[in-house]
This record gives sequence, structure tokens and C-alpha cells, in this order.
Amino acid sequence: MSEIIKTENLTYIYRSADEVQKVALDGVSLSIERGEFVAVLGHNGSGKSTLASHFNGIRLPSGGTVYVDAMDTRKPELLYEIRKTCAMVFQNPDNQIVATVVEEDVAFALENLGIPPEEIRERVDASLKAVGMYEFRRHAPHKLSGGQKQRVAIAGVIAMMPRCVVFDEPTAMLDPAGRREVMRVIRELNQKLGITVVLITHHMDEAVQAGRVVVMHGGKVMMQGTPHEIFTQVDALRAASLTVPQTIEVLFDLNNQIGTDLPIDALTVDACADILERYLAN
Amino acid sequence: MLRDITIGQYFPGQSIVHRVDPRLKLVLVMAMIVTLFLASGPVSYAILAAYILSVIYISGIQPKMVVRGLKPVVFIVVFTAVLNLFYTPGNVLWSFGFLKLTDTGIRVAILMVVRILLLIIGTSMLTYTTSPIELTDGLERLLAPFKKIHLPVHELAMMMSIALRFIPTLIEETEKIIAAQKARGADFESGNLMQRARAMVPILVPLFISAFRRADELAIAMECRLYRGDVGRTRMKQMKFTRVDAGAGTVSVIVFAAVIVLGRMGW
Amino acid sequence: MSFILETRDLTQVYGAGTPFERTALDHVNIQVKKGEILGVIGHTGSGKSTLIQHFNGLLKPTSGEVLLSGHSIWDEKGRCDRKTRFAVGLVFQYPEYQLFEETIAKDIAFGPQNMGLSASEVDKRVQEAMDFVGLDAALQNHSPFALSGGQKRRVAIAGVIAMRPQVLILDEPTAGLDPAGRDEILAQIQDYHARSGATILIVSHSMEDIARLADRLLVMNQAKVMLCGTPREVFAHADEITRAGLDIPEITKVVRELVRRGFDLDPSIYTVADAVKAIRACKEGK
Repeated sequence: MSEIIKTENLTYIYRSADEVQKVALDGVSLSIERGEFVAVLGHNGSGKSTLASHFNGIRLPSGGTVYVDAMDTRKPELLYEIRKTCAMVFQNPDNQIVATVVEEDVAFALENLGIPPEEIRERVDASLKAVGMYEFRRHAPHKLSGGQKQRVAIAGVIAMMPRCVVFDEPTAMLDPAGRREVMRVIRELNQKLGITVVLITHHMDEAVQAGRVVVMHGGKVMMQGTPHEIFTQVDALRAASLTVPQTIEVLFDLNNQIGTDLPIDALTVDACADILERYLAN
Repeated sequence: MLRDITIGQYFPGQSIVHRVDPRLKLVLVMAMIVTLFLASGPVSYAILAAYILSVIYISGIQPKMVVRGLKPVVFIVVFTAVLNLFYTPGNVLWSFGFLKLTDTGIRVAILMVVRILLLIIGTSMLTYTTSPIELTDGLERLLAPFKKIHLPVHELAMMMSIALRFIPTLIEETEKIIAAQKARGADFESGNLMQRARAMVPILVPLFISAFRRADELAIAMECRLYRGDVGRTRMKQMKFTRVDAGAGTVSVIVFAAVIVLGRMGW
Repeated sequence: MSFILETRDLTQVYGAGTPFERTALDHVNIQVKKGEILGVIGHTGSGKSTLIQHFNGLLKPTSGEVLLSGHSIWDEKGRCDRKTRFAVGLVFQYPEYQLFEETIAKDIAFGPQNMGLSASEVDKRVQEAMDFVGLDAALQNHSPFALSGGQKRRVAIAGVIAMRPQVLILDEPTAGLDPAGRDEILAQIQDYHARSGATILIVSHSMEDIARLADRLLVMNQAKVMLCGTPREVFAHADEITRAGLDIPEITKVVRELVRRGFDLDPSIYTVADAVKAIRACKEGK
């Protein structure tokens, strides 16, 4: 089979503080193919992060099944192999860096894997170069910027050579410059190294860069498709408490106000300007 | 400001002292402490002092820094000196009321002061020239044999290095919380002891909550990076016994042996 | 015209005399008008966070002055009166991490109690502040730690509003929130401004958020004031803003691209609604 991640009718129920059962995931069936770049979009509480935490066995299904590279995440003896296949990068860069020196931190997973020292050295250097942090290898992590810390965290997981990396809102705590740095690295992982990327986010501009967008709402997959297909569904996105890129919003509003029939699938400034230019010119 | 405190000060460098294997350094510092207590006369102390001074010289660390490190122990040194000066029996040279200055007193006082100073300087040279991570690593490997008797050596070393990693982060966080509570009119400077202690609550509660949250997230992140304790672990940085180590070790052992022999002879 | 907050040649140098010396603010002169919403924009390290800590005396200027209603907040003896803290309320970034009390009401009451107000007055202000940020009064005896992230943030903001500051400063109030949470907080700030008439400063690096709300914008870059004026005036310098490493709203980029292609539009448009209007006018004008 070719899917790297596959969920079948995945349900997750948890007890909140006041002992009420809450359904965080409600029958999610989803497959992610090898080499894909999938963005999972949704507002807070839509279930997107809960879904992500099933992809490497941090949470286990209350019902249904999750397969990572055909391995069932409910089998404890497979957990180690699953986490090697599908790695995870979290929101807060500070809370996932273990060591006091950048290169020691990148080496952490490899040391846990019991890899020979010379090979660790090679893989650490290669990973740091891949995220553009090689010059900082001897620095102390707490002196780096948010974007740099997050890149160190990314180097730390790609050193494991996973087939898939799940990013759980990796840019939520970063400034615009940090977000750009991290998004560039994520794209490169997918394009240059062929790693499957699952990006959990609520930023439209990040989801636009993916090959496929999955929209979560109320614990269910509300819709999925290419960014063009998804972001043109303005009403549906607004219903899911999400916004649309301004480039689409302006065309959508024009159509609504004056009854024009402009195409609204403008994901970039240039595409939007092209459509408006054609409209204004004739 | 809080961030001015540096724990286990370390001055990075490339000198021979810096490059000596941390395990050897740890062992040599222990040996030096033992030697210090076996030395007894001016000759043996002089040799040891010369040894430590040359270590400082080779390390390239400014003597100013070494002296500054002695500040916190000035009181203990003076106290010991005074006690020994006046309370050691011997030939009275000078007396004032119950205070008697004796010739043995002077001798003992000087030797005691030298002993304490050498002890402090010698041990601080370890932290000055060894990074915290090397120290924890060295300690873990030195103590490795104790794993056999189920001493959690690896876990202790891991805890130490995580603590070192998070100290700056938590200091920064504390400063932020203090500023935020000050902005809400919190007063940390006035009032009696009880009131001041109570004023710490708005700082400590958020700090503890945040520390627990961090610990929780870090634990998950470590598991996701395949951490399962000490099982089948390798290390990127290997500690190798080099010629530098052999040389430094030999010289030190000879010095220590000479001091001990001379010390036993009462020199 | 009198200003509620003013800085005169405000300079802040960190670690003076050490190799780590860094100038965070370099002769900054700012005037904040009473009752306005001022957006403060700048990338990380531009000096904007240092600036707002000067407004209520958390930092002491290396040189220069900070004036509140025309009076320096530091007296001749180098002390800052605690009243400044109450007049200028400061909400830090991720304020939910500073909550500490057992109940929401107690946490919000911390500021008013430090002001030495009577119990009944404190209670009144807690109710009022909860109402301002849209927290249900029934929640007041709940633990703040059982709330969702967005709600915790509102409790923290209420804790500052309860001091009834003349100036409310918010550092990145929408950081980490999703679009719905962001819109809610911004709407509440706007509502609070309308109802209380307080002067508001919002620090952000999101132009799109801040441009909708602010009467004027202040752009900080490399420890200095780069631009200051209405959003229109500021966005007319889009190239400089981009060069300073900041983003301009996507819609401004679209309009500027159309201008470049020869259409007659105002290049400082920064909201979608204005853009739609301008495009319609342009089409009809032909």
C-alpha cells in the first residue's frame, strides 16, 4: 500500500475537567500519500491537533484505527518503529530542545537510536545544513531567535531520517520573519528531501503552500482538496470560523456586490491583479 | 538583573587545561583535595601552590577572575585565620586579655589559610575550564560502574543537563512575570517579612505552572525523539584518552605523590 | 494640543560599557493623543517592547524623558510613583501565563486591591471588567486554569482593565490565536475603546490586524521611529516598510500592483472593503 498515514473511522473521546465526555474526533477517515504536503486547517478546538497527535501514537484512538506505514498505532510493540517513521515538531520551540548546545540537541534522537558516533556526526551536520543552522552548531539554544530554535527542533527530527514529519502549529509562536524561515524549511523538506509533510495550522497563507488542504471542523473532515478548490469555498470556510486570503476575499466581495462573475481562485497577489486588470480593462 | 548570575561559571578556551578529558579532571581534582589534607609543611604547600598557579597560567584564565571567585569565602578564611592565630597553644609571643598570640598559632593560621585558598582555587579551576555539559557527561561516565548496583546514574546526569538547559529559560520567564505583576501594582520592595513572602505568590504560582507545563511538553517531545532511558544509547561525542591527558595525568600524579611524601615527613 | 503620553529623546542602552552593549531605543520622540488608538509596529528587536515598558515606568530611561499628561513620570530623586502603573495599564504578551489566583474574580481583583480600593469598589470593578471582555459573570468563582486559552487571555486583560487605566497598552494581544479568536479580541478592544474613551496602544507585527483598528500607526525600526501617521500615510511608504522586514497587507500589495500596471487607484488602501469601493469607482469612472 502506498499511504504513509491512514485513518479509518477514527474517533477520540476524552473526559474534560468536569467529567463530561467530549468527542474531539468523530469518524475521521483520511489517507496521506507518500511524498505529499498536506495542510490540516481548522480553528482552535476543531480537532486538528488531536488528529495530529494520533499520527505517531501520542494519543491512541477511542474507536477506529490509525495506520502509520501500515503499522497499527495501538500495538505497543510497534510504537518505536512508528515514531521513527513519523516524527513530530511541536508549537513551542523552547519545550522540545533538550540539550545546552545546538549540535548536542540534534544528536539526541540518534543517540537514543544507538547509532555509531561517526554516523551521528555526519547526520547531525547534514541536518543542520538542511535547515541552515550549521554555523550555529556550537551555540546555546536559549540565545537563538524563535525561528532559529524551531529550525534546530526540525533538524533534531529530520536527523532520524523519518519518512513523514507532522508539524503541529510550528509557527504559532513566531514573528513574521521566523514564520517565513520555518515555512521555507518545511517546503524544502518536502521538495528536496521528499519527506511527507503534514502541517497543522490556522494560517491561510501557510495552507496555500500545501499540495492538499484538509479542513477540520467539529471533529470531522469538513472538506479537502487543492488550495484552489478549498479557498474558493468562501462561505464554507467562514462557517468553519476560518478566513480566506484577502486576494480571494476582494474578488468574492466584488462578485457579491455587483453581480460580476469573476473567477475567484487567486492565491497570489499577481493572480489577483491579473483578474482585476482584465475586469477593469474591458 | 537575574540573568547576570552565571551558574558554575565557565570561561571557554582552547588551552591544554580546557582540553583535558573531563573524567580525568574530575579524578585529579579529587586527588588534589586528598593531597591538600595530607600536606603538612611549608615545602609541600609551596609545591602544591606552584602546581595550581601553573594550571591557572596554562589555562589562560585571568588571575583577576580567579581572585574574584574568592570573594564569597573571604569571611570563612578570615574567621579560620583568627581562630587559629589566637587559640593554638604554643610559646606566647604577645597577649591581650584572654587573647594569646603564639608562634605555632601563626604557623598553623598561615597554613590553614593557604589550604582553604588552594582548595577553592583548585576546585573552581574545574568549573572555569569545563563546560557544564562536559562535566555532567564526565560524571555520568565516571559513575557508570555504579549502575550495576542500580544507582540511576544516567537519569541523574540527564536531569542535571535538562536543568542546565532550562535555567536561562526560566530566569527569563521569571523576569517577565515580575514585570507583568509590577504592572498590576504588585509591590515587592516594602512591608515586613511576612508581607514580602506573600508578595512572592503571584510570581511563584505562574512560574510553577509554567515549569510543569514545560516539563510535560518536553517529556512528550523526548519520547517522540525515541528517548527510552539508558537502553542502547550511544553518544556523538566520544571521550578519548589522548596524549594530552596522559601527560597532564602523569605530571599531576608525580606532583601529588611528592607532596604526600614530603607531607608525611612533616616538611 | 496636549498629549497623554509623550517621550522626549528617550534612549535606552542595555549593558552599557560591556561588549554586549545594545541600544534598544535611540532618541525616540513620540506623542500619543488622548483617546486615540495607536498601533505600534516593528519586527522583533526593533525596540517596540522596550518602548512600552517605559510608558509605565518598568524601565528607567538611560537618558531622555517620559511624560504622562505633561509631567515626567520620574521625579528628581529618580523614583517613579506607583500611580503611573495604575494610570498606564500594560498587558504583556501571552498574559494568560501570569494568572495565579484560585478564582477568576480574585485574579482580576489583584490590580484594584494593590491600588488600595475598598472591597465594594474592587468588586464593582471586577464585574465591570468581566463585562468589558465578555466573560459571563457566572464564571467569577471558577478557577481561571480550567478555561480555554482564549478565555484565560480575556481574564488577564480584565485584570488590567479593572484598574481603569487612562492608557491601555496591549503587547501582541492576538499572538497564537486562530482567526476567530483574533477577531473577537480585537472587536472587544474596539468596544472597550468606544465605551471607556481610554487611550489604547496596540503592539503587533500583523499589519492586517492593526490597520483595521488604529487611528494612527507608529512603525519602529532599529531603535528609532521610522514612520508615524494615519494608516494611509504610513502605507504610502510601503516600500520602506517592506525593506524594514515588515509585511504590508496582501490587499495593499494587490492595489499597488494594479497601480504599477497603470490603473488610477490610491496605493495606500489597506482594507478589502476600501479596495472593493475603489475598484468599483475606477470601473464606473471609465
